[in-house]
Amino acid sequence: MYRYDQYDQEIVDARVEEFRDQARRRLSGEMTEEQFRPLRLMNGLYLQLHAYMLRVAVPYGTMSGKQMRMLGHIARKYDKGYGHFTTRQNIQYNWIKLDDAADILADLASVEMHAIQTSGNCIRNISSDQYAGVGATEVADPRPWAELMRQWSSFHPEFTYLPRKFKICVIASPDDRAAMRLHDIGIELVKRDGKVGAKFFAGGGMGRTPMIAPEIKDFVPEEELISYAEACLRVYNRYGRRDNKYKARIKILVHELGVEEYKRQVEEEFAHMKTLGIDPPVAELDRIRAFFADPAYETGLSEEIDRTDPDFALWLDTQVVAHKAPGYAIVNISLKPIGGIAGDASAEQIELVADLAERYSLDEVRVTHAQNLVLPNVKKADLYAVWQELHAAGLGEANLDLITDIIACPGLDYCSLANARSIPVAQKISERFAEAGRQRDLGELKLKISGCINACGHHHAGHIGILGVDRRGVENYQLLLGGSGAEDASLGDITGPGFSEDGVVDAIEKVTDLYVAQREPGERFLDTYRRIGMKPFKEVLYG
Amino acid sequence: MKLITGNDLASGDVIWWTGKGWSRHVGESVDAGDTAEAILAEESAARRVNVGYIVEAEQTASGPLPLHIKERIRASGPTVRTDLAINTDIPIVKA
Amino acid sequence: MVEFLSFRDDEPTQEPAVTLEAFAGQTNATAVRIEPGEDARELLSVLDRLSLVEVNFPAFGDGRGYSAARILRESGYTGELRAVGDVLVDQLSAMRRCGFDSFKPNRPLDPAVVEASLNRYADVYSKTIDGRAPVWAKRHPEASNV
Repeated sequence: MYRYDQYDQEIVDARVEEFRDQARRRLSGEMTEEQFRPLRLMNGLYLQLHAYMLRVAVPYGTMSGKQMRMLGHIARKYDKGYGHFTTRQNIQYNWIKLDDAADILADLASVEMHAIQTSGNCIRNISSDQYAGVGATEVADPRPWAELMRQWSSFHPEFTYLPRKFKICVIASPDDRAAMRLHDIGIELVKRDGKVGAKFFAGGGMGRTPMIAPEIKDFVPEEELISYAEACLRVYNRYGRRDNKYKARIKILVHELGVEEYKRQVEEEFAHMKTLGIDPPVAELDRIRAFFADPAYETGLSEEIDRTDPDFALWLDTQVVAHKAPGYAIVNISLKPIGGIAGDASAEQIELVADLAERYSLDEVRVTHAQNLVLPNVKKADLYAVWQELHAAGLGEANLDLITDIIACPGLDYCSLANARSIPVAQKISERFAEAGRQRDLGELKLKISGCINACGHHHAGHIGILGVDRRGVENYQLLLGGSGAEDASLGDITGPGFSEDGVVDAIEKVTDLYVAQREPGERFLDTYRRIGMKPFKEVLYG
Repeated sequence: MKLITGNDLASGDVIWWTGKGWSRHVGESVDAGDTAEAILAEESAARRVNVGYIVEAEQTASGPLPLHIKERIRASGPTVRTDLAINTDIPIVKA
Repeated sequence: MVEFLSFRDDEPTQEPAVTLEAFAGQTNATAVRIEPGEDARELLSVLDRLSLVEVNFPAFGDGRGYSAARILRESGYTGELRAVGDVLVDQLSAMRRCGFDSFKPNRPLDPAVVEASLNRYADVYSKTIDGRAPVWAKRHPEASNV
């Protein structure tokens, strides 16, 4: 994985001192809150319902054990002993003091981490596929491209005050594990005439007006990647709406111009950009790529796994996925214990995973947009030992992509934007469906909960989605069916009137019972819904 | 009644106007009534409160209770981590 | 505290800037002002007539002026490029990188803070029109034309 050189380190160190000075000027009154707010947001510092919240960047979801250990240290030293992994592969701390923020950033910088642009109207953390580099179906590792774009987008002087936030995702497989089509810009690496290039999608997003990003360019070669990206951003910066915060994302611009007109404007700008010499030489991407070369996988490893322990066997069948190298496996770590808080991990759990990364995963750990973790390089021979340690630490739940593997935003328990709580709903659903046999019978069922229309819980992209709303001061929950954030992207349909907290848990049971009754062999919940439509579901829900 | 809430600038702690200063406990807050706007402006300018706002509340036997669920959660703490709560006596959902 | 900053060697233009609309009809005007929603490219055919382009920032969060400035410099404009309005010290560095070389903020700036802000970063990640070699050029001097 990428390692900073002197330039990267100097830049991130300078950023820490810059923020330290900005915080000082805020505390002394030289700056008002209105002036300080965008600056602190560009360093990931929010003011939330209970305290300042700090969002630390995990670039394309990849970390070393040392970096993961620092996240545990921050939770322990500066927060209340835990952190929350997010739907953009980042981590959030809920109880940060402004006084400590610069010191936290300095600690992060010491392990090549930061909180740069994890909030604000700028280009955010670039996300990627959690199986990058180790999965079987990719065209190339997308992460070097994501790293090139991370550097390009950091402190970009023209794009620091965009109309709104800007989220980019880079994948390299026809399988979309990162909700790429629901990003402001999504990139799929593809091959053409033996060369790898970027297929661009623009104008995806969720929130008030969810949209699936249309394709805008079928192939951008690596030597023109930055020119093309700048062209996309410049058109957005100049013409994205600034009159209405809820219509300021690029998806609205693409929708209002029409995709052909947006493409045309980008092509015009791209032709101009190409004359400016702003593209790094191919040698730079080659330099970055070298950091992502395959680790020294051992050969001649055993493929044998002792399945005698039934709990281990269940976990093995659910959480472990095939690795491209013989003798290795990809381990998914569930941060969704039954009845627990989705995506939360204690300092101890974080430190354990850091330890396991170093001992068993060639020093690498990943964060997924489903708020889980991945140890990407575990030898099959070590799986049992890894499971034992995870299990002892409450990280051994076997529920990947099952109904209890719920994505839930922090909701009204933490977030000042929320209209309703999401975590208690997730907990109740998790407990209702906890039984292992029942979960497996229901099969792949991606359930996603947002506490408000901003959709940080990705509810539009859930096979079952839940949206919390405020109905005259009382929490109420709308149910959506049929969304998907995978390559078969679709947006969920609202079933009808909303439910109370207990009512929505019962509603989930009704729709899953209907699925079981109606399904044909091989159909997931999503497939049955797509086949039979909303009408039968409405009937069981509302009579 | 009108309470004033906000955050302590340096620590980020949620604070409530007590009439004389700021407390982390909603139980010590007072009805600022018509003077709420003016107090908020003065306290903000002096940086004794950050991002403050006025909250509608009612007086109950156990003290001031914000009317809206968001501020009741703000006053008590995350309902899913009562071990981190400032005040677990505040009813979240109205009976 | 300073109310005006210039990084040019020549004297700042004193002529009042006319609006873009008025400029079209005034063949002797040499100073024009662009609002956020206006297209800087409308000036491209008359750049050699201009000694000053003012770019207005009614609110510092409206970043359109950064694109306007960079477009003008990319097209060869060498005259004074002035950021006016809600210009705060923490935006100066990005504004300089986009080609602004003078500043007339609504509120005066502390020169010590200005100096510290502008000298904060020895290196930059992206290439713009300010002539600074981005990090990738320093990493690959033989492959870069900077």
